[in-house]
Amino acid sequence: MAQYLVSVLADSSQLATEQEMTAIRAFNLRLKAEGHWVFAGGLGSPDTATVVDGRDGEALFTDGPYLESKEYIIGFWVIEAADLDVALRLAGLGSKHCNRRVEVRPVLGA
Amino acid sequence: MTDVDEVLTRVHHEEWARVVATLARRFGDLDIAEETAAEAFATAVERWPADGVPPNPGGWLTTTAHRKAVDRIRREARRTEKHREALMLADTPEPVGADEPAGAVEDDRLRLVFTCCHPALAVPAQVALTLRMVGGLTVPEIARAFLVEESTLGRRITRAKAKIKTAGIPYRVPSREDLPARVTGVLAVLYLIFNEGYLASDPARPAVRGDLTTEAVRLARLVHGLLPEDGEAAGLLALMLLIEARRPARVSASGELVALGEQDRGAWDRRLIAEGHALVRARLATGQAPGRYQVLAAINAVHTDAPDVRDTDWSQVLALYDQLVRLDPSPIVRLNRAVAVAELDGPQVALAQLDGLPLDGYHPFHATRADLLRRLGRSAESRAAYDRAIALAGNTAEKAYLVRRRAQSAGG
Repeated sequence: MAQYLVSVLADSSQLATEQEMTAIRAFNLRLKAEGHWVFAGGLGSPDTATVVDGRDGEALFTDGPYLESKEYIIGFWVIEAADLDVALRLAGLGSKHCNRRVEVRPVLGA
Repeated sequence: MTDVDEVLTRVHHEEWARVVATLARRFGDLDIAEETAAEAFATAVERWPADGVPPNPGGWLTTTAHRKAVDRIRREARRTEKHREALMLADTPEPVGADEPAGAVEDDRLRLVFTCCHPALAVPAQVALTLRMVGGLTVPEIARAFLVEESTLGRRITRAKAKIKTAGIPYRVPSREDLPARVTGVLAVLYLIFNEGYLASDPARPAVRGDLTTEAVRLARLVHGLLPEDGEAAGLLALMLLIEARRPARVSASGELVALGEQDRGAWDRRLIAEGHALVRARLATGQAPGRYQVLAAINAVHTDAPDVRDTDWSQVLALYDQLVRLDPSPIVRLNRAVAVAELDGPQVALAQLDGLPLDGYHPFHATRADLLRRLGRSAESRAAYDRAIALAGNTAEKAYLVRRRAQSAGG
């Protein structure tokens, strides 16, 4: 079994609507029932980000995201899937349920 | 060419995909499969002229590649734990070459095709990977065919192989629910290779690339053989055969493209036409509703059935285009349909049907308009349309053809 990070992309931090939340919850239940669930969560907007650089000893904090872009990640799933075909099918359903585009990336060595 | 050279070329064509596919399944790694298959063929080139061709060349190549793969993994096993695991897999007794049931080997090649044409890979990567892994073309050959730098093409293939491995693109025939869409993807890759060969888009290249069309036909034959029940796989093969059959008449001695209506039909390849017609008839006999490639093949069957362009059954062509429009109502299909309309109802009616098609950047649109305007005696408008078509056309032979037609239009 491999693990995949499914990131939810958006161009605004508008929270999911009531209807979208209901659909996401239903999808999460399905992931759990079918043994694909690892973890999921929504994220605060890039405005709430802090970049931390601790490479030189004392950590240096920078307000804001590490890169400015029109689109950013507003939430994610970590799913377990046999291969990319299974991961892509689940990601397609996830995208439909949360009504946003998603990006799928393999978690290395998982 | 000596006899052994001929055998080597033939065996490379016939066995490459089989060897790569078998090794890929056994070791779960396309890199190892590709490299050891290439090494096995190199060994054959060295040994066969002296030792003679083995009785079962495919089995010999698979066994040789398998041994090389095991050697390689053993060498690398000293370095990493992961390779030790791979070695354990490789050491499990495995029937080699001729002992394996034919069905399993066929499935291997099909898996390989689906892996190379996976929709998670960019289309140029699918094309390059298919030509390398399934077609057995070398990186320099593919780079030349598509006029890209060898290093660029090499990186494209390396990146695709790395993604297959890291992202977990599976090495198997897709599930039943995914199969139709995935077959469509495979056929689109093959059609792309064929079209690039049949009307090379780059002015610096020869007008028609026989190496690419031949390779596309060979791959389509393989896929049809692996999916004999798939109507569109049969349709695409038939379509390619019926177009490929006309290749000898497609470019004139002076390097000008020759339109279908002006071609020397005696130069057409009757054997390919017969094969294409047989496939079209076999699909019609199933009574199943045809897809896009099958209808296109049927249209080409009507054209290749006419001993002279004046014998063309245009009402049949139009009926087929009507069917095609229902499957694919794109402007390009409607443009091609208008050509048949012109033959049946005259250029005036056809011209009216071109109005409003959003194809201003597509040179065949302007070439078709120019021809219809010429036939209506509207010379000035015709020449303007030819100018637009000539400016947009990329292919040298096609430009030459359009320039001549424009000159003819000047008198009318």
